[in-house]
Amino acid sequence: MSANKVINFMGARMLAAALSIALVLGSIASLAVNGLQFGLDFTGGTLVELGYDRAADLQKIRDDLGSAGFKDSVVQDYGSATDVLIRLTGDDPKLGDKVVDTLQAGYSGQIDLRRVEFVGPQVGEELREQGGLGMLLALALVMVYIAIRFQYKFAIGAVVALAHDVIITLGVFSILGVGFDLTVLAAVLSVIGYSLNDTIVVSDRIRENFRKMRKGTEIEIINASLTQTFGRTIITSLTTIMVLVALFYFGGEMIHAFALALLIGVGVGTYSSIYVAANILLFMDITREDLLPPQKEEDEADQMP
Amino acid sequence: MLNKYPFWKYLLIVVALVVGAIYALPNLYPDDPSIQISGLRTSLTIDQRTIERAEKSLVEANIPLKASELLEKSALLRLTDIEDQLAAKEAIQRAMGDDYVVALNLAPTTPEWLSSLGAGPMKLGLDLSGGVHFLLEVDMQRAVDTRLKVYNSEVRTLLRKERLRYRSAPDLDNGARQLMFADEQTRDEAVSRIADEFQELAINSYEEAEGFFLSFTLKETQVREIEDYAIKQNLTTVRNRVNELGVSEPLVQRQGRNRIVVQLPGVQDTAEAKRILGKTANLEFRLEATADAAASSTETFPFKENRQAPARLERNIIISGDRVSNAQSNFDENGRPQVNIRLDSSGGQLMNRATRDNVGRRMAVLFIEQKPTTRIETQEVNGEKVQVRVPGFREEREVISLATIQSALGTSFRITGLDGVGEASELALLLRAGALAAPMYFVEERTVGPSLGKDNIRMGINSVVIGFALVLIFMLVYYKVFGLFANIALTLNLALLVALMSMLSATLTLPGIAGIVLTVGMAVDANVLIFSRIKEELKNGLSAQRAIHEGYDRAFVTILDANITTLLVAVILYAVGTGPVKGFAVTLSLGIIISMFTAIVVTRAMVNLSFGGRQLKRLWI
Repeated sequence: MSANKVINFMGARMLAAALSIALVLGSIASLAVNGLQFGLDFTGGTLVELGYDRAADLQKIRDDLGSAGFKDSVVQDYGSATDVLIRLTGDDPKLGDKVVDTLQAGYSGQIDLRRVEFVGPQVGEELREQGGLGMLLALALVMVYIAIRFQYKFAIGAVVALAHDVIITLGVFSILGVGFDLTVLAAVLSVIGYSLNDTIVVSDRIRENFRKMRKGTEIEIINASLTQTFGRTIITSLTTIMVLVALFYFGGEMIHAFALALLIGVGVGTYSSIYVAANILLFMDITREDLLPPQKEEDEADQMP
Repeated sequence: MLNKYPFWKYLLIVVALVVGAIYALPNLYPDDPSIQISGLRTSLTIDQRTIERAEKSLVEANIPLKASELLEKSALLRLTDIEDQLAAKEAIQRAMGDDYVVALNLAPTTPEWLSSLGAGPMKLGLDLSGGVHFLLEVDMQRAVDTRLKVYNSEVRTLLRKERLRYRSAPDLDNGARQLMFADEQTRDEAVSRIADEFQELAINSYEEAEGFFLSFTLKETQVREIEDYAIKQNLTTVRNRVNELGVSEPLVQRQGRNRIVVQLPGVQDTAEAKRILGKTANLEFRLEATADAAASSTETFPFKENRQAPARLERNIIISGDRVSNAQSNFDENGRPQVNIRLDSSGGQLMNRATRDNVGRRMAVLFIEQKPTTRIETQEVNGEKVQVRVPGFREEREVISLATIQSALGTSFRITGLDGVGEASELALLLRAGALAAPMYFVEERTVGPSLGKDNIRMGINSVVIGFALVLIFMLVYYKVFGLFANIALTLNLALLVALMSMLSATLTLPGIAGIVLTVGMAVDANVLIFSRIKEELKNGLSAQRAIHEGYDRAFVTILDANITTLLVAVILYAVGTGPVKGFAVTLSLGIIISMFTAIVVTRAMVNLSFGGRQLKRLWI
């Protein structure tokens, strides 16, 4: 890229707006219809992880459990073919042993009970409330900070971009039917962090250019700002994604969903820092006057040698 | 001069790095799997002979031993292989007998010069080390009710003493106690006497067809005080019980208003742990009712494991188990098991007052046990009838001893007539561990097997190493010399993060590892911001020195804004989150702070050292 060649990002702003709206609406629709596959942390119940000494026959496990009277059990592979994850309703502390006894009866090899968790649903409810509360509180504080450091239009832009990223990340989880547990919640919250980071870097440059560039329309200034930060945006996303891909493939099953949430979040966050936050600024008719420093500071600056 | 740091700045960086390196170092020494032996009773001393006995049992079981040492109140035997740990525990437990607590442990191997500096390895969360996690909920309603019961008997005693005649009436729905009087005057007199004597009670008077009533319950401030007391008392009790289990580095913490978290790393036998923790037992000392006592002032209880006719006791409680300061099981003159009990001073006074005038009467020890249960209830949720499991408890009240008072009792006395040695020592253990102020039940339980924990660590570290390596290669290729600086800073960032977490004794969890990975990804951002700005300034025609200066300067504002907002999110996560979310928030916020230092200050120092103050034709970036 040469220094004076400006990419016309905002040329596609209407298209991007339409795409964003479609994605957000689609996500909301999926969330309304499919909901989220809330994990044990939220629903309560018992999770049993078993290690088989050879590849496990999931259908047989389901049949064995069904005929032994374990209702609504979910049986799935976990990592490798020898690891099995079973989710059951109920919170009998001996459930793990009972499941092993049941399955061992119809299996000649060794079954290893690796993990048992029972969690009360009440806890889940509380955590859901706390998580939701945490998100709202974080959003409010972030808005206040940006409004003070930048300007309220930037605060609205950043928060809309955030909501956009979070809703789409949740939407993808809903569409894929991936279990949503506490670690995924942590991931979604850090998507907020990442998306903010990205949006602020871009906003920072827009602010700087509005003050520095004497000529040019709003769209031209924003295009210039996005072009200048584009290299950095791509490199940072790339390095973060590299680490996340490593986490996804090598981090083990327990952080699979976590890595997935972050991968989606970082992808969407990168797009939104270019097309959502800046777009919102234009929709709100940002002007140079919005960003001029207060008169008093200007005077001081003029007096400086 | 452009791009020159004063000497003190370099010094500061070097000092920070050296300190960081020292505190990160202990993490390179892996823990030894080991077995810890301690006595079930304080009277049992652990000495060299104990170690020799344990060592002998290991030799017999053919388990190699690495080292053994005598600690203050316990013995520690280090093993060479973690696979041997369970077998070793069983062998030693067999050899030592039931009087000793034999527990699995992981003993640190930090060299002495490091631990003398206060350095130690990071703690690993349960998801990494394996172990059990319990969440207990304290039944506050019950705590309040128990206290109200004591007031109830005191109020009645007062009214009898004042010759204010009352009739008993059933408790109100909200738990308030109710008394009925024949006329208004007596009732009002009773109200004023009770109000004078018991300022903690909220009294309400009213009139109904049957007569004149007063009801009393605890004031709101009193209720809150009781709740606070109950959770504190239960915390202490749980801590004591956990200590009796002999677990190394247990975690017992209050969570929220009425919950207690217990984490026992290394423990796999959940049944045993639950048996000790979940035993919400309490004692009450009460006098046996006299034959002519009014039915309303007595209660009848069965004997524990003994089919005698049930005992009729007074409703009044002399003292309850929370006054017990120590209890030991041993044998009486005839070789029968007994429990020697010591009371605290106010308990001793109460006991003395009650027994002084009642020599010759019999006193009962009532054992109250709350067993956790789950009942199934049909509830309506969103218009649908759903079967919901409601955790609760069943209360069993049984007389464990009914003995004639030989003489006035004081702060120390004994309970005899117990069924066996086992029962005596268990009763002593429960008494010694302290009674619970209110019953608790298990809301949550998680177990992570040790092999799964090991897998988690291995995969977690693998993914960090791979992701980290990818980033290092990319940065080196893309930014050349500057990439090298960034890579050094990134490595320091990771080391400092480990050091800081060790210093703060923060616990590393699986999401915590994820937090570290994310930090690595995002710490790069600060350097990318700076370097791309330098590149840009070079393109704008600035000289190399000027471009470096401007690049750092301009990027700093952006980095600050971006990091402060992320930090805000992390801090809120820490404040509202629990468990895994908290672990993630800790590593993320520490990571952000450290990356501000390494990515800005440390790389600047390296850039200044290599390029500062020189004539540069062009910059390799």
